[in-house]
Amino acid sequence: MGMTITEKILAKHADQDTTSPGQLLTCKVDIALGSDPTAPLAIEQFQKAGGKKVYNKDKVVMVPDHFAPNKDIISAEKCKILREFSKEQNLTHYYEVGEMGVQHVILPEKGIVLPGDLAIGADSHTCTYGALGAFSTGIGSTDLAAVMLQGELWFKVPASIKLIYNGQLPKWVTGKDLILHTIGLIGVDGARYKAMEFHGEAIAHLDMDSRFTMANMAVEAGAKNGIFHVDEKTTAYIKSRAKRPYEVFESDPDAIYSEVIEIDVSELEPQVAFPHLPSNVRGISQVGDVGIDQVVIGSCTNGRISDFREAAKVLKGQRRNPRIRLLIIPGSPEVWRQANDEGLFDIFMDAGAAISTPTCGPCLGGHMGVLASGERAVATTNRNFVGRMGHPESEVYLANPAIAAASAVLGKIGGPEELRQV
Amino acid sequence: MKMTKGKVWKFGADIDTDAILPAAYLNLTEPKSLSEHCFEITHPNFCKNSKKGDFILADTNFGCGSSREHAPVAIKAKGIQCVIASNFARIFFRNAFNIGLPVLECPEAVSAIEEGQEIIVDMQKGEITDVCDNKVYKCEPLPENMLAILNEGGLIQYINANK
Repeated sequence: MGMTITEKILAKHADQDTTSPGQLLTCKVDIALGSDPTAPLAIEQFQKAGGKKVYNKDKVVMVPDHFAPNKDIISAEKCKILREFSKEQNLTHYYEVGEMGVQHVILPEKGIVLPGDLAIGADSHTCTYGALGAFSTGIGSTDLAAVMLQGELWFKVPASIKLIYNGQLPKWVTGKDLILHTIGLIGVDGARYKAMEFHGEAIAHLDMDSRFTMANMAVEAGAKNGIFHVDEKTTAYIKSRAKRPYEVFESDPDAIYSEVIEIDVSELEPQVAFPHLPSNVRGISQVGDVGIDQVVIGSCTNGRISDFREAAKVLKGQRRNPRIRLLIIPGSPEVWRQANDEGLFDIFMDAGAAISTPTCGPCLGGHMGVLASGERAVATTNRNFVGRMGHPESEVYLANPAIAAASAVLGKIGGPEELRQV
Repeated sequence: MKMTKGKVWKFGADIDTDAILPAAYLNLTEPKSLSEHCFEITHPNFCKNSKKGDFILADTNFGCGSSREHAPVAIKAKGIQCVIASNFARIFFRNAFNIGLPVLECPEAVSAIEEGQEIIVDMQKGEITDVCDNKVYKCEPLPENMLAILNEGGLIQYINANK
């Protein structure tokens, strides 16, 4: 019987030849990731369990990115816990402010996660690395503590949903729109406890950054992981980054799927998720007149160089609406430098944007752009739950970077095409 | 694991972890401080008035969203004895066991039992009893090993007890 790529990676890490959905496996973990909100709890649990040394100092990764650079004294104390633990454990991969980026942007950049890996992280968006053909999923702090102690964790093998995207992507339609459209179609629990496996002509043409965006938001459909196959784009991306061997896995032609969903993308328009669920999506033409106060371009979902190029294409020669705060948050120092070198920052500055150092910042209402009551933001982030970006009576609309950029100029939600008509 | 009679608080579908514990408080770790902000924004009545020994009954996909363990920790520290949902989001489900918050999946009980009613839960048997009419709702009991983790109060305590 054939296996999916997800089943093969899990079986391999449990030293088994085969597995199937529902089986409980204890798997060896290649990369275990913690950040400032969740790692302090994990470190506390690690110590409570009598932990002295982590299982492998090259495989435990710590990134203070959520409330860093330290937003207040409490956050400073949490970041300090990460810093001191990383030093005490002599961790290879600890990233201090200055080298720090949003964790799910820098781990692939630095070649820390590679195809065929099993990566876990105490952050739900750990599923981002599925773009590389790896199995990766979010877990809690205590699970992270258990992995730091033992280097392994139990997993229930998920059933897989095969999603096939047919046709050519229209202009301004990106991976963000594919995943928002998909979540709209299947709901925020449509892939609960399952793997989402992305296929099709449209996927083959998608750049790596868009694939990271899609895998990143698999969790917003309830999925355990989202995963892509390795192709020439993946290989080109990791060529200069990989510093160790890796293994490429592929789903068998006779692999079993719990569901196969085919989506024609040729008529798809950019998508906007209305408050307060990522599944509450509409095409940009159906948005109506929604005035806004803030635009955020960044995050683990859309904080990569292609995202800022898209935004710059729209913002070139434009100026934000005077009522709008336009926040640009590159996801990593590498993205920051690249955007700067390409002259994107001049375009953003001329458009009246504020450019931030990398951080998760406003995505989760942490800092660097929290909303007041009654305010609305268009954000390239991943969640629009009640109070996500600040006050419980504020609203977040999720969209791709081009839509976010156009909305900043228009002062209301709209796309680049609308901007051209103004 | 012995549970006492307690009052039910009802919640809808897709209750996310930002509702359970708003992200602004993620820099807290102390359970009591977390419990003070549990459902503070979306269900302030619960936040203010829930009592030790109460139960949460929720529709599908309870605990969706982030991986924050702060969410089940806050619910546990609030004194909630058990969360019963039609089903759970996967990370929340794992986290609940790991920190020793009992959880059960029982769609029948969720659709039948109203807010404010009193129930008794037997984790071993997988039974939920509505005190007012003595009606019993059956669900899949937890496997022995999962019960053992809950009985110890969480995964770390379980690891320490079995060294």
